[in-house]
Amino acid sequence: MPFDLAIALKRGKLRLDYAFRTEKGGLTALFGPSGAGKTSLLDAIAGLARPSAGHILVQDTILFDKARRIDLRPEQRRCGYVFQDLRLFPHRSVRDNLLYGWRLAPPAQRWMDLDTALGFLGIGHLLDRSPATLSGGEAQRVAIGRALLSGPRFLLMDEPLASVDAERREEILTVIERIRDELALPILYVSHDRAEVDRLADRVIDIPARG
Amino acid sequence: MTALSPEEWQVLLLSLKVSGVAMAAILPIAFALAWVLARWRFPGKVLLDALVHLPLVLPPVVTGWLLLIAFGPAGPLGRFFAEGFGLTFIFRWTGAALAAAVMALPLMVRAMRLSIEAVDRRLESAARSLGAGRWRTFATITLPLAMPGVLAGLVLGLARSIGEFGATITFASNIPGETQTLPLAIYSALQMPGSEWQVTRLAVLSILVSLAALVASEWLARRSGSRYGQAGAAHHAL
Repeated sequence: MPFDLAIALKRGKLRLDYAFRTEKGGLTALFGPSGAGKTSLLDAIAGLARPSAGHILVQDTILFDKARRIDLRPEQRRCGYVFQDLRLFPHRSVRDNLLYGWRLAPPAQRWMDLDTALGFLGIGHLLDRSPATLSGGEAQRVAIGRALLSGPRFLLMDEPLASVDAERREEILTVIERIRDELALPILYVSHDRAEVDRLADRVIDIPARG
Repeated sequence: MTALSPEEWQVLLLSLKVSGVAMAAILPIAFALAWVLARWRFPGKVLLDALVHLPLVLPPVVTGWLLLIAFGPAGPLGRFFAEGFGLTFIFRWTGAALAAAVMALPLMVRAMRLSIEAVDRRLESAARSLGAGRWRTFATITLPLAMPGVLAGLVLGLARSIGEFGATITFASNIPGETQTLPLAIYSALQMPGSEWQVTRLAVLSILVSLAALVASEWLARRSGSRYGQAGAAHHAL
């Protein structure tokens, strides 16, 4: 089972509950309005926020289980997290950004090499640039490449079209479709855009508004 | 008549030794304090912050007197270092280095703390999620991004330690060849009638040392800053 999750997250005094399971891989969209806590949910799956209760299983591996006191550190979870704000390392070149996770991964866990990623994403000409000089679409592709190269077992994508201008949307959408169709990688995809979700998602999980 | 006399060489080399040792010893402590003040939350943090800043706001002669009490032969820290490491401070160059280090500490902590606080923690979580443990994240993300501020702190501290006078003369005294650094030598020369030329030479020497430190710091800041957009942001913020 790609994703099996039931957790409670505290946000101030508010308690947010999330629960869902996916029977098959492919792209699962988490769809809901801004402020519904979708990013908090991804952070919890990545190990960057700690749920107050519940469990998180991905591909039948327990990442978090309050009752069993299991809480894998972020670096042990092998998740490819494409952040909404990208978070490219400003003091490193595009090449070093792309290879950051790749160099840390044991060779057996890497399933993509740099050349493949460059071709896949069309970013070979950007290697020696600094992230500060990239356009929104270029930076987005580098962020996706960095996540793929780290040898993840699943992908978390948080509004990957948010930092991309209208003309480049199609380009990124195509890249995401290719990842969905050509790589056997379960994807959790956060979006508040119905059209985007309809086009990309194999299934949709609604995250209702809160508060 | 430009060559330095043996006495002037002695003063210069002693000054460099005292400042160099002071910086080497205080840098890790200053960074650790900056880290704790920037990242940790604990009761008594305001107190620690005030304590670190004390040498900045106290008259240096009071700091020197406090050092005398703490690190003197009868002082608790003085006994600890004497018995544990055979290290004494009074009337010795090590005392001058200790005074210089303590006086430099607040400036260093301030600069480093600012630069640590300026590091975007979201970048650290990105590194974690890409497979880097805490230490690797620190070494590859946090430290390089904070480096301009660390260097700025080092330069401020170095400048402060080279110029240190009040706490040094109070704590370590003014002994030629042992604790008489450049400012103390200038002070001594000023006490002697007819020594204008000697004072001038020492003052020029002191200016040259400070200029060299400044140029070196600019060079270092440029080197560490040019690798990314925020070239020495923390450096210039000071």
